[in-house]
Amino acid sequence: MANRTVEVELSTTGLDAQGRPQRVPILTDDGGGGLALQAPPGIEPDLEGEHMLINIGPQHPATHGVLRLVLELDGETVVRCIPHIGYLHCGFEKIGEYRQYNQIICWTDREDYLNSIGNNVAFALGAERLFGIEITERCKVLRVIASELSRIMSHLVWLGTFCIDIGAFTPFLWAFQRREEIYRLIEKWVGARLTTSATRVGGMAADIPSGWMDGLRQFIRTFPHTLDEIDRVLTKNAIWVGRTVGLGVMTPEEATNWGLSGPMLRASGVDYDVRKDFPYLDYETYDFEVPVGTNGDVYDRYLVRFEEMRQSIRILQQAADRLPDGPVNIDNPRIILPPKSKATSEMESMIHHFKVVMEGPRPPIGESYVAVESPKGEKGYYMVSDGTAKPVRWRIRPPSFVNLAAIPKMVEGHLLSDVIAINASIDIVMGEIDR
Amino acid sequence: MTRFEVVTTGESSGTDQPTTPKNIPHRGGAANPSAKALQDKFSSAIKRVDVVWGETTVYVEPGFVRQAILWLHDDASQRYDFLSDVTAVEYRDPEVPLEVVWHLRSLPFRRFIRIKAQIPKGAPLEIDSVYDIYRAADWLERECYDMFGIRFRGHPDLRRILMWEQYKEGFPLRKDFPLRGRFSRSEQLRQALAQNPEARYSMEELSIADAYAELPDEMRERLSKGERTGE
Repeated sequence: MANRTVEVELSTTGLDAQGRPQRVPILTDDGGGGLALQAPPGIEPDLEGEHMLINIGPQHPATHGVLRLVLELDGETVVRCIPHIGYLHCGFEKIGEYRQYNQIICWTDREDYLNSIGNNVAFALGAERLFGIEITERCKVLRVIASELSRIMSHLVWLGTFCIDIGAFTPFLWAFQRREEIYRLIEKWVGARLTTSATRVGGMAADIPSGWMDGLRQFIRTFPHTLDEIDRVLTKNAIWVGRTVGLGVMTPEEATNWGLSGPMLRASGVDYDVRKDFPYLDYETYDFEVPVGTNGDVYDRYLVRFEEMRQSIRILQQAADRLPDGPVNIDNPRIILPPKSKATSEMESMIHHFKVVMEGPRPPIGESYVAVESPKGEKGYYMVSDGTAKPVRWRIRPPSFVNLAAIPKMVEGHLLSDVIAINASIDIVMGEIDR
Repeated sequence: MTRFEVVTTGESSGTDQPTTPKNIPHRGGAANPSAKALQDKFSSAIKRVDVVWGETTVYVEPGFVRQAILWLHDDASQRYDFLSDVTAVEYRDPEVPLEVVWHLRSLPFRRFIRIKAQIPKGAPLEIDSVYDIYRAADWLERECYDMFGIRFRGHPDLRRILMWEQYKEGFPLRKDFPLRGRFSRSEQLRQALAQNPEARYSMEELSIADAYAELPDEMRERLSKGERTGE
């Protein structure tokens, strides 16, 4: 095959080789008004044979786990996208039907593993509604701290991997360095980094150790510097903007109808945040803003998540200031394990210990759906109890599962390389999608 | 590029900022006003309304679920524009019917409602899809079909999503499905290794591009009839 020489210009023309509009944020019609980007028109008959089937994944670093995308390409333009999931399916919901409530908490770690402590909190809240438990004030504040730390942790992983997908390496290192600090804090608190299992029905597995708040305060003080640094490197970077602006646009109506939640929905201009609209853990008493985008593209999702980290720092600051003294766990020996020293020395405590471990706490007949604002979106746990120690049904409402369902809509009409950017902007975790 | 107007949640609720619910009674809390509206509108199709732990559950006749949800979505006084979840519950007691559950949210009114349809024992596991009302139902209904075997009438692409298309063991979240699966580990491994990797492409995918011309006549014929899954 003979070599071809192609002339290129450094400015984008907005048209591809077939003369179709391509990935340019602003196009104007004849009257000079704005024109929405459309997917390329249907296949032209003489080009029918030129379409190509491309398989991305399931083992591909840019798919953030075992996601498989089958793409039909016209040149470099995506005509159709068929996602395949299920490679990590472990049957969490089935296993949950054979486990006591406190045992299920260990499974929530492994589901959205970037937000494990946040899942623990969410599950405990759902189970507590099913049991009819009111948790202590100290426990509420500790859970807010846990949720917000894990939100920052999850967003840092998203930011780092997103940068790598697009081709920036340095912010990834900055993000993971700070994430490591949070992991150290979590490890000091519950003894584990990733699989935290930090909560129990009615309280926490452990109170924070002495001196822990100093570490948290230092993190709160220093973390905004890192954010400023990343902000300076990315937000106005021409390459970053060029790779993200105008991609995967979802209008507010579309985003709501497709069930998107979390930063994906807010980037599309709908200010739905579970913490504000259906509050839990007294979130209404914290002073924080909900960032909302106005264009619904990948760049807005970046801006929204970035601002959320700053707001999480504000919440952490307020939580650290108000953390009250007092017990972490509720005072109910039928639900909460007695301290180890008592369990081995007092007859009554030993019986309670035995009952809680062997039989498990029993909620009354009923059901509850408690949703929290996880870093990915609305994460809900739906539990149905028939009065026994194990739920009849434990359902996870996985935010990234519903968000990922919109990927065919978002990528069609864009270039193959943009599929990676759009996929990264959804912030998927396959553990949660496949469960 | 067009800039969107920001859509504010709770714009129609007319109340102050919501607060964390406290001391929720087990039964008999205040019901969501939409439940009463549904009863007025659909009278006999609404079997009962339960309030458990402050969450309102409306039991609807299976044949009317789609109508009821469509009304909740479209009516200006309800505006349930967000579908949180579609799932199903099968109870351990074999006498209790299987339930299909929809969790709906009204973002403008900040309301939450649970719609339930009980599929009678012995009746086919079928219910109308809400795909054309909420696109969010696409994967959620597919998952519900995959895990429980409930067929959603009107879903355009109802096929397995978490399990693979050739999966023959049944529906994992049904109570008659054993926790460890129907086959032993070694048998499952043997079946997995014996699979033809080509079969992991569905017929729809194989119809793309060059592969189409090379497909057997029989498969092309099935494709022309609109079949999308390959075996």
